Amino acid sequence: MIISVASGKGGTGKTTVATSLALSWGEGLFLDCDVEEPNAHIFLKPHINERISVGIPVPEVDESKCNFCGKCAEVCEYNAIVVIKKKVLFFPELCHGCGGCSYICPEKAIREVDRAIGVIEKGRSGNIEFIHGVLNVGEPMAPPLIRQVKKHINTSTNGIIDASPGTSCPVVEAVNGSDFCLLVTEPTPFGLHDLKLAVEMVRKLTIPCGVVINCADIGDEEVARYCENEGIPILMTVPWDRRIAEAYSRGIPLIDVLPEFQNSFSQLSAAIERLGRG
Amino acid sequence: MNVVISATGDNLSAHVDRRFGRCPWFLFVDTESLKCEATANESADATSGAGTACAQLVLDKEVDAVISGQVGPNAYEVLKQGGVKIFVAPQDTSVREAIDKFKNNELRQMKMRVF
Repeated sequence: MIISVASGKGGTGKTTVATSLALSWGEGLFLDCDVEEPNAHIFLKPHINERISVGIPVPEVDESKCNFCGKCAEVCEYNAIVVIKKKVLFFPELCHGCGGCSYICPEKAIREVDRAIGVIEKGRSGNIEFIHGVLNVGEPMAPPLIRQVKKHINTSTNGIIDASPGTSCPVVEAVNGSDFCLLVTEPTPFGLHDLKLAVEMVRKLTIPCGVVINCADIGDEEVARYCENEGIPILMTVPWDRRIAEAYSRGIPLIDVLPEFQNSFSQLSAAIERLGRG
Repeated sequence: MNVVISATGDNLSAHVDRRFGRCPWFLFVDTESLKCEATANESADATSGAGTACAQLVLDKEVDAVISGQVGPNAYEVLKQGGVKIFVAPQDTSVREAIDKFKNNELRQMKMRVF
């Protein structure tokens, strides 16, 4: 079973929950798909033993073959190519690497070359197999890297995917295809607002979901009320506790500082087993 | 001279829209006759590359200058390569006013430093 951990709002405790869930298993696969700011490695401290460069195919125009017909610019959904009288201008950061321009070029003047967007790092943390993607600084194209990270999923191993906050393309890419999505939120108006967006997203993706409320003893009751009305199970609560925040700031996982949470995470896993698909 | 103005509406009474790629209308104007041809900006809500798409549109129409706000770096590059000058209209300028100022050389030409 593959469990994705998402949140809507940022900073609610996705990585705190995802890493401690992995440590409570002590085995399985951990994929940090928050490739813009991966941070699970700070808590899991894996020994990295492999680095793979990841790129996307981008066009390279041979202007000696080009007749400047402009068909490549027309077909580009992201307006990454502009053809002016005797020149083809290409904007690599707008290109999604779909290959449409080289396919449509009647003069066969476009070939595809690799543009590096980031790296995948693989390693182990005890018996946990750890993989994360690290997007190059300033690079806007996260989904192709996330796709490559997710290629390491195999059906025989249970796995956890740590997604980025929000509900945009990188999150959809990370969460899509998982058997269960754990939504980590906080009991505040902001937490609730973004939780609703995240719930809408996972429902569109037809992924069963449940909620973890972090800092559960502050804020208000609105998140709990919303979950009840929507029939979304609240699978775990984490109290507001200074010890958790202090440990977090030192890269110490929740489950290490509060070992009594081993039991909560075991119950969480059992509940997900019941509710997840497949 | 033929200029194109990013505008809030489809005629000379509209205001200059200081967003180049995301403006609703482009007005192609002959500054002498004030003959005006309006084109809706189909890229106004493009997911990305609105600037480059609009710059392509402008170059295809063969204008001498663009009157807009501070255009983005991608559109700037395309317009520069195409030999089109960019002039910046102040906030809340009507299209008519902008054309008068352009003819009197009162609009600032945009120059971007490339690092």
